[in-house]
Amino acid sequence: MLWLLVFFLVPFIVLGRISLSEAMIARPPYSPLWEYGPDGNLEIIASLENYRFLLSDSLYVNAYLSSIRIALVSTVFALLVGYPMAYYIARSAEPRRSVLLLLVILPFWTSFLLRVYAWMGFLRRDGVINNLLLNLGVIEEPLVMMQTDFAVYIGIVYTYLPFMILPLYANLVKLDGALLEAASDLGASPLVTFFTVTLPLSLPGIIAGSMLVFIPAIGEYVIPALLGGPDTLMIGRVLWDEFFSSRDWPVASAVAIVMLVLVVAPTMWLQAVQNKREAAE
Amino acid sequence: MKRGWTLPILALAGFVFLYAPIVSLVVFSFNESQLVTVWGGFSTKWYGELFRDPQILNAGWISLQIATASATFATVLGTLAAFVLTRFGAFSGKLLLTGMVTAPLVMPEVITGLSLLLLFVAMELTFGWPAGRGLTTVIIAHTTFCMAFVAVIAQSRLRDMDESLEEAARDLGAGPVRVFFDITLPVIAPALVSGWLLAFTLSLDDLVIASFVSGPGASTLPMVIFSKVRLGVSPDVNALATIIIAIVAFAVVVAGLLLRRSAAQNPQ
Repeated sequence: MLWLLVFFLVPFIVLGRISLSEAMIARPPYSPLWEYGPDGNLEIIASLENYRFLLSDSLYVNAYLSSIRIALVSTVFALLVGYPMAYYIARSAEPRRSVLLLLVILPFWTSFLLRVYAWMGFLRRDGVINNLLLNLGVIEEPLVMMQTDFAVYIGIVYTYLPFMILPLYANLVKLDGALLEAASDLGASPLVTFFTVTLPLSLPGIIAGSMLVFIPAIGEYVIPALLGGPDTLMIGRVLWDEFFSSRDWPVASAVAIVMLVLVVAPTMWLQAVQNKREAAE
Repeated sequence: MKRGWTLPILALAGFVFLYAPIVSLVVFSFNESQLVTVWGGFSTKWYGELFRDPQILNAGWISLQIATASATFATVLGTLAAFVLTRFGAFSGKLLLTGMVTAPLVMPEVITGLSLLLLFVAMELTFGWPAGRGLTTVIIAHTTFCMAFVAVIAQSRLRDMDESLEEAARDLGAGPVRVFFDITLPVIAPALVSGWLLAFTLSLDDLVIASFVSGPGASTLPMVIFSKVRLGVSPDVNALATIIIAIVAFAVVVAGLLLRRSAAQNPQ
């Protein structure tokens, strides 16, 4: 408990404190929050200047907005790819089901960085996909896929796909087959059954999976840094540059605090949804 | 949907999507050509190159040390947190502890990394410890974010276990410490092993947090790989990736077999 207090809670207090100070060329590179004035009085010099700066510079606002956009689009794609997989696994019979589940989890255990790196070899101008398409004669000119937002979407969908599939699977596997039979007995086509019975019942799984993809995607740094172009703006990357290149610790802290709020809000919403569901059961 | 072909085809496409990049990575690690994406014949020369690169070997050794230490600390602390949360009933601060245990699971890594670094700097200025940054700070940071994962795994196992065993031991006169070590710990041991393995891989894999909190001379393997691949694809990274993937796949299969065997021995 003490460990968590010291190394998890206190850091946020420090973070908040530094976000209120001014950048200085000194060690540490931020101003003190209070100091003793010439007459011996304690003076508090905290300011919201950094936050005002975030609002006034369109770079930051745009970065937050485009992070949210990229995370949202990737979440939708992950859902489209992950749902059929989860559904298929949930409907498989036992030995095959375990094997398929293991196959979903296995990439999650292999290095995140290396999985993103693998896509660099795929998407490059002289990469595997372009070579394949050129040889098949589908395209004449290599497609530009690296360093685009498209590559970032692929990277996020790819690395977070297990997070989407596992909650969906856990939800779909509990689905009562009798309901589906009843629907088809009453004359519903498979497609109608899916949209009127399966999909609404799997909504909790969809929400949980989407949150697990959306939240980490917002703060993503590695994927846009490796696959994205120079104009792929994501807030994790801005924070990183602000910290390591500009060395402006107070602004980086303010960026982090605003991002924290962005992340905490959906998490709390998810928690509320879950509590409501548990109460209903 | 039941007999249709749509679903299996979509699912199959999904699995191809999951595995194609990894497979191509492994295939091209045996490529003779300097160009990563043009096949120039079979060769294992990149593996040899890898084992002559002191930077990579050194970073790999550092990463292993960090991962072993933080996985061990995270397992001990995570188990304690899980035990407190499942066995102590309601207590003041439980909500806070639950929040702190689950928050690192969803916290963006850039925030965790930045805030921990700022804490270390502030601590150094106030108490003089940790002096500078290096292995210690990375181990502390990794322990903190890994213990959340261990705690979640241990918690679900503790919830599932039959509490009458503990009650029986207590009725027979065992103290709480004895009950924990003689009954609870052996029962939840498989969960702790998988928790330790998960923490170990998470620590080995982490780039962002380590970049923030490590000091000069403590570059982990992901940090070295990242700085290499940022400049473009390089064939020796393919070889390194293949080795890591092989080790992980082997470990996962062994862990899976162990878990299945222990599940078969005491069906619950």
